[in-house]
Amino acid sequence: MTSAAARVARPPLLDSSFLLVAPAVLFLLLLFVYPFLYGFALSFQPNEGGWLDNYQKFFTDSRAWRTIVTTFGLALPVTLINVGFALPIAFRLRRRTLWQRWVTTLLVVPITLGTVLIADGMLTYFGPRGWLAQTLQLFHLYDGPIRLTHNYWGVLISLVISGFPFAFLLLLSYVTGIDPVLARAAATLGANRWNQFRHIYLPLLAPGLAITFCLAFVQAFSVFPSAVLVGAPSGSTRVISIAAYEAAFENYDYAMASTVAMIMGFAQLIVVAVVLGLRRAFYRGPVSGGKG
Amino acid sequence: MPHDFKQLRLDRVSRRFAAPSGAITTAVDALSVTVPRGEFVALLGPSGCGKSTVLNCIAGLLPLSDGGIWLDEQRIDVLPPEKRGFGMVFQNYALFPHMTVRANVAFGLRMRGTGAAETARRVAKAFALVQLEGHEDKLPGQLSGGQQQRVAIARAIVIEPPLLLMDEPLSNLDAKLRLEMRGEIRRIHRELGRSTIYVTHDQDEAISLADRIVVLQDGRVQQIASPQEIYAQPANIDVARFMGYRNVLDVEIEETRGTEVVVGADGVRLTGVIKQPLTGARGYAAIRPEEMTIGAGANVIAGRIENVEYGGRDSLIDVRTASGLLLQARTPGKPTAGESVQLTIPVERVLVYPRGGAP
Amino acid sequence: MNAGLQRWGARAWGGVLIGLIALFIVNVALMVAAVATNSFARRWLGTWLPDGFTTAWYAAAWKEFQLGDVLTVTVEVVLAVVALSILIGVPAAYALARREFAGKRLVLLLFLLPLIIPPFTYGIPFATLMYRVGLAGTLPGVILANLIPALPFVILVMTPFIEQIDPNLESAARVFGAGTARMFAYVLAPLLMPGILAAALLVLVRTIALFELTFLTAGPDSQTLVVALYYAVFAAGVRAPQSVDAMAIVYMVVTLVWLLLALRFVNPTQLVSRVREQPAH
Repeated sequence: MTSAAARVARPPLLDSSFLLVAPAVLFLLLLFVYPFLYGFALSFQPNEGGWLDNYQKFFTDSRAWRTIVTTFGLALPVTLINVGFALPIAFRLRRRTLWQRWVTTLLVVPITLGTVLIADGMLTYFGPRGWLAQTLQLFHLYDGPIRLTHNYWGVLISLVISGFPFAFLLLLSYVTGIDPVLARAAATLGANRWNQFRHIYLPLLAPGLAITFCLAFVQAFSVFPSAVLVGAPSGSTRVISIAAYEAAFENYDYAMASTVAMIMGFAQLIVVAVVLGLRRAFYRGPVSGGKG
Repeated sequence: MPHDFKQLRLDRVSRRFAAPSGAITTAVDALSVTVPRGEFVALLGPSGCGKSTVLNCIAGLLPLSDGGIWLDEQRIDVLPPEKRGFGMVFQNYALFPHMTVRANVAFGLRMRGTGAAETARRVAKAFALVQLEGHEDKLPGQLSGGQQQRVAIARAIVIEPPLLLMDEPLSNLDAKLRLEMRGEIRRIHRELGRSTIYVTHDQDEAISLADRIVVLQDGRVQQIASPQEIYAQPANIDVARFMGYRNVLDVEIEETRGTEVVVGADGVRLTGVIKQPLTGARGYAAIRPEEMTIGAGANVIAGRIENVEYGGRDSLIDVRTASGLLLQARTPGKPTAGESVQLTIPVERVLVYPRGGAP
Repeated sequence: MNAGLQRWGARAWGGVLIGLIALFIVNVALMVAAVATNSFARRWLGTWLPDGFTTAWYAAAWKEFQLGDVLTVTVEVVLAVVALSILIGVPAAYALARREFAGKRLVLLLFLLPLIIPPFTYGIPFATLMYRVGLAGTLPGVILANLIPALPFVILVMTPFIEQIDPNLESAARVFGAGTARMFAYVLAPLLMPGILAAALLVLVRTIALFELTFLTAGPDSQTLVVALYYAVFAAGVRAPQSVDAMAIVYMVVTLVWLLLALRFVNPTQLVSRVREQPAH
């Protein structure tokens, strides 16, 4: 709708559009916004002390604020790996061939398996006596004990298994949304494959890449079951979600739990804001190719 | 890529590909044509005839299945598109949406490593040639269709290519703009003095722009000739149909006299000229509506006007004979439907073709 | 760089990428196979294949983890979530795709937030609230929790489907005399059906695998399959790993059945709008 039309005909407040959307809005307001605000308020109402006390407690207790570092230490490398590998592979599979369809389907399966099943599978397969260890020992590729579970690496691997397909699918959607005729035009003007990627695809992918990074990061940052089942939940993989869980269900300190949850949300919001801000600095413009 | 070349030669160029069903389709079948420097060649034909495929093969966007393409003595069909140095204008313009118009036009020069000063000079010259000065710093999305098309042309010519390839560049414009741009394209071709290969399905466009026309159908060449010749002397019935010979009569061959032949259909008898060696007892007679007038002459057909389509300068009339045959003719003025008329057409404008094979 | 070297380099790069994909797929497949093998193993201690095979673990897991009850709960939760999210979400998606109204941007933001904020961040306060209201650990509580991300997901999936429908079709229907109800029944609903089906299946699969929210709000008799599996793996030292893996296989089969069904109707890359490709031919 052009702005002229909108100025002339302001939609009435209570027309049918409103009725269509109202239940969903109401639902989310009640079950999402309200609890979130409730939690937000609760984080400032500790069981004892002033309104900032829980936050202070969190940031002065090294075992507590370390969880942020640990979580970042997992989420950032995982996201970089996932997005970094997904980009060239999605780009490679941008044409609608049989390959593309098969690989896409096969990669969708790990997404739906879910983190819990992946964790269980990892304990069996990546464990010290699993098939991977046996194969490596058979070919003498590695002679020590295989420690890929119950530590940092276990969580990393599990996050890559669950996160890479998601990043791949999302990037594939973005890559296939770029009209291939643009690359052809660039070719006729003298751009080889690399230049086609660098000057045409990459700038047009920038927005999608930023969004994929953010979503992949959020997914990795929220890690919980993997950190417990294939990690070392009281040691090297004590992530912030574990701290929140303990506060709520082991200490029954709901105010503190809300505090940790808020800090978790806020920390991840900063990263998202930074990434989206960086993206703006690189590219401002439309994404559709061909005729404007 | 040499700028001074004598000719582009396509030698038995073929392209086959496997359709999704698995069947092998021949998009282009043994096309041979030589384009000397400076000529404007149009590839004309209905949708699916392979003309865009030929253009894409020349550009290097598609590999050949058979045959070769030579620029003078150099074989170019083994080169990737980025090494051929031809300028190409795409049907949907394919302007890079994230770059300004200036960056779009300069892209080819940038890929060649041309210096900043030289680039600026040539870009300015290209903008002047397409008459689009003042819009250099806009994004493609901010321009109208006609303006985007000019940018696409500027982008292709700024690299001073030996050959300019155009893939139905006017098909997305409205009628008025199309006529305007036609003149522009002709002017640009003359000023550049290079060769242009132009794909279109519009016969008016081809006739008005080209020095020579290659008519294609189902991947095969039907005729390669000047516009006048194709207009007046189509080589076969398919070309005739495509070039506006709307009256195609299914006729019986009654008598041949040298180059002339007497044919008959549904109570109508005409004398025409044989365009292709006749086979069997039946054939086709093709007549242009423009060449059929009301009056008397060697060939005469009587009928009643069924429908009148007034066009200002003249009218297109549908005439139904007593035996039920429907013909189209053009006549000045605006006759009334229901009138009885007598149509006439000179002998040499009744083109008779053989009727090939079983329908 | 001469053409030959460039082509060789391109081939090598392609090979590396294919190698990576293969590595990923093969390892994940073997991982699943390992779980499956273990679930049928009588005993398996660090050898290539187990000592012997049996299906006894499945029966044991069924009893031990009360899989019958858990499956019932899962079915109830998932069906309720799918039905409610479709019912509430599809009209909202339609309104967002077709109509303009005041505050549309805010509403869009509202619908996007549950998908980008970590489940724990809103799940923990939500669980606290449930506890205060007395719904913690009950089936309705779990259903409500799972609905929070399901609703925006339905809206997200439906929007491209709705945008694909030519808006002129509705105008055409009206011009030919169809009122809103009939236009919806004869024109809109049939065209939307594939989209609704796709969205329903995708939400279904997603909800089966949704862990965090159920984990935070469920009680001992309102656990879904994935949460029960978590507790089983968590206590793996106590229980026999084979029975845990048997349960894992049950979970996987349940998920895969619906996933394969969903993939028949939906192309995963359809979820982001694409340019219709004009291939050079």
